Amino acid sequence: MSDIIYLDHAATTPVRPEVLEAMLPYFSQHYGNPSSLHSLGRATGKALRAAREQMAEVLGCAPGEIVVTSSGTEADNLALRGVALARRQRGEGQHIVVSAVEHKGILDTACHLRDHFGFELTVLPVDATGRVSPDDLGAAMRPDTAIVSIMAANNEVGTLQPLRALSAVCRERGVPFHSDAVQASGTLSLRVDELGVDLLSLGGHKLYGPKGVGLLYVRRGTPLLPQITGGSQEGKRRASTENVPYIVGLATALMLSQAERQTESVRLTAMRERLIDGVLASIPDAYLTGHRTERLANHASFVARGIEAEGMLIGLDLGGICASSGSACTSGAQEPSHVLTAMGVPRVDAVGHLRLSLGHSNSEADVARVLEVLPPLVSRLRAMSPFANT
Amino acid sequence: MSGGVDSSLAAALLAEQGYEVTGVMMRLWSEVAAGVESSNKCCSLEAVDDARRVADLLGIPFYLINVEQPFKQRVVDFTVASYLAGETPNPCVQCNRHIRFDYLFNYAMSLGADYLATGHYARVRRPDGNQSLVISPQSPRHPSVQPPSHHSLLTGLDPAKDQSYVLHVLTQETLARVLFPVGEYSKPHVRQMAAERGLPVASRHDSQDLCFLADGDYRRFLRDWTPQGAIEPGPIVDSGGRVLGRHNGLPFYTVGQRKGLGALATAPRSGAVAGVAAPEPLFVLRLEPASNTLVVGPAAELGRDHLTAHSVNWIAGQPPAGPFEVQVKIRYKARPAVATVAPLSDGRVDVRLAQPLRDITRGQAAVFYQGEVCLGGGLIE
Repeated sequence: MSDIIYLDHAATTPVRPEVLEAMLPYFSQHYGNPSSLHSLGRATGKALRAAREQMAEVLGCAPGEIVVTSSGTEADNLALRGVALARRQRGEGQHIVVSAVEHKGILDTACHLRDHFGFELTVLPVDATGRVSPDDLGAAMRPDTAIVSIMAANNEVGTLQPLRALSAVCRERGVPFHSDAVQASGTLSLRVDELGVDLLSLGGHKLYGPKGVGLLYVRRGTPLLPQITGGSQEGKRRASTENVPYIVGLATALMLSQAERQTESVRLTAMRERLIDGVLASIPDAYLTGHRTERLANHASFVARGIEAEGMLIGLDLGGICASSGSACTSGAQEPSHVLTAMGVPRVDAVGHLRLSLGHSNSEADVARVLEVLPPLVSRLRAMSPFANT
Repeated sequence: MSGGVDSSLAAALLAEQGYEVTGVMMRLWSEVAAGVESSNKCCSLEAVDDARRVADLLGIPFYLINVEQPFKQRVVDFTVASYLAGETPNPCVQCNRHIRFDYLFNYAMSLGADYLATGHYARVRRPDGNQSLVISPQSPRHPSVQPPSHHSLLTGLDPAKDQSYVLHVLTQETLARVLFPVGEYSKPHVRQMAAERGLPVASRHDSQDLCFLADGDYRRFLRDWTPQGAIEPGPIVDSGGRVLGRHNGLPFYTVGQRKGLGALATAPRSGAVAGVAAPEPLFVLRLEPASNTLVVGPAAELGRDHLTAHSVNWIAGQPPAGPFEVQVKIRYKARPAVATVAPLSDGRVDVRLAQPLRDITRGQAAVFYQGEVCLGGGLIE
């Protein structure tokens, strides 16, 4: 496994050893239910409070403003459903605004609220780099807008949204602003006041923490209707016995990644730039997708015209390089990614989308290896078949 | 890999011999993928899971590759057009020609493969006299540099399972780089070897000729996937031109068919003269798409001793010189018949049969053999 080059950190990351170590005592040793009165319960209750304080410190918020969930996707669901339903109940709105490039956790949830709960939905367009314009957001706002949700950074193309400007538009109008920061969690500042968000989703496994745990920051005073009931955990906003080892893991991962965020961003950005420059210089008829500079430090994504991503991904995999594409063909017909489509990338190009996302394990040698393997692979695939392209 | 016994064992045998094996399943266009409810197991998620399990068992990488678009274009659309032209096509031949041993073959080669292996029952005789299973992974990496005309396609050792008929489209270039590991064995032997290795023993592969149908009913498929008016009822006539009745649409009939002619199959109704001897069974003799006419006649009129074929592929690269004697198969399951083949211009051939043969059908492949060697074949005109 050691000679595998992992360039799919946007999909998931390994659990770092410090995180695993911090989690382990809470499986079989300190296993008490944090709600229990006895000594074992007190021990985990203490660990839970400590973890919550660590997370709050990273986010610059109060511990009570954090709702731990089972994933970033659940956090997205809770934010959108919880706020939209709570505000409608108070007669404060029935209109939802999201961007066209949101993760499915937001897009599908927004459509669900529209189709089954009678909400009205505005989907904001993006420019060719994948960015939402604050002016467009301003124009879309209505007196009955219940919530706005725009992601911090896009998972497929790496583009960063102008969060401060977008949140300001919402702040002026007193509308809760949610941001899915699952992709951004390893490399961006997560201080909620700097970002101007009222709600923020994070997921553990994108920042070297475990899968199966995430969190939703909920600014005090934001109306939120719980979506999982059955206990008073998480301030009565999300019932179920706390997953203590995973919460400890998430807190540890968040702390570590934020502590090294700045140095790691500099290192990753330098590698990203060499990767982007190298690919564009060595592969004809390829272009960068997403914003050239306003993008995640670890994220490079391209379209290589005239081929399908599948061949590139298989070829790279056979060469020991793990990569991915926004145009994953999951079941049935291959659909171009909604993100690339919203950015105006033609369908024929979108099928040739490649995403290379860097992380802790990568070094300059990995970038060099990709630049050695990818260009000849692309030209072999292009030469392959008379109707590869049709 | 289909998840079935043949391709699973093929992969296992190669892995055991030291080949670096990569499993691939093609996601083909199908009605199911296009949204039709299905009872067809091919290409289902279940089949994908089965194939993945086999790959996991063998410890080899496995990829599902999307071939929907070329398959739809080169196989499905071709099949529909062929039916509408009054032919009875064989989609497997078309798939092998354009998809499996062209698109997939080139795909595999461009990803750095040395060979494409399948679970077909056929064998390859190589220039050094070796057959497919005997060559070792240590042999030259790129056998295509060897002189042409030296690779032969042989029938599978199990005559009941031989699939060389649908492989007659192979060329020297492809033959040099294909492996048919199960072609050396009988089906029962293959099942036994698969069982010994803990591989699945059920075969999904030969269950369906038209793998893209949701339900195995090609008539329903043609109705659903052709434009309104493309298939119309028309007259049924005898070879003298006498109208005997109406057919439901030419694509629903094939040469030699007796079922589906309704009352006509036993008793011509209109114009029957009193006192005529007991009515003879009637069979489809031919389809005439220009006039949308179905020609029927008694069994005696079914036989023909002559056919021509087009788009002929000669596996050696070119036909043997002059007219030559072969055994010809006019359908996948037909018995070989003695014939003399004379190559014509434009890749066509003229075939004279020693004995008249029933069921010679436009669109089916005529495949030529000399003993166990498959020489090539073409599509019957």
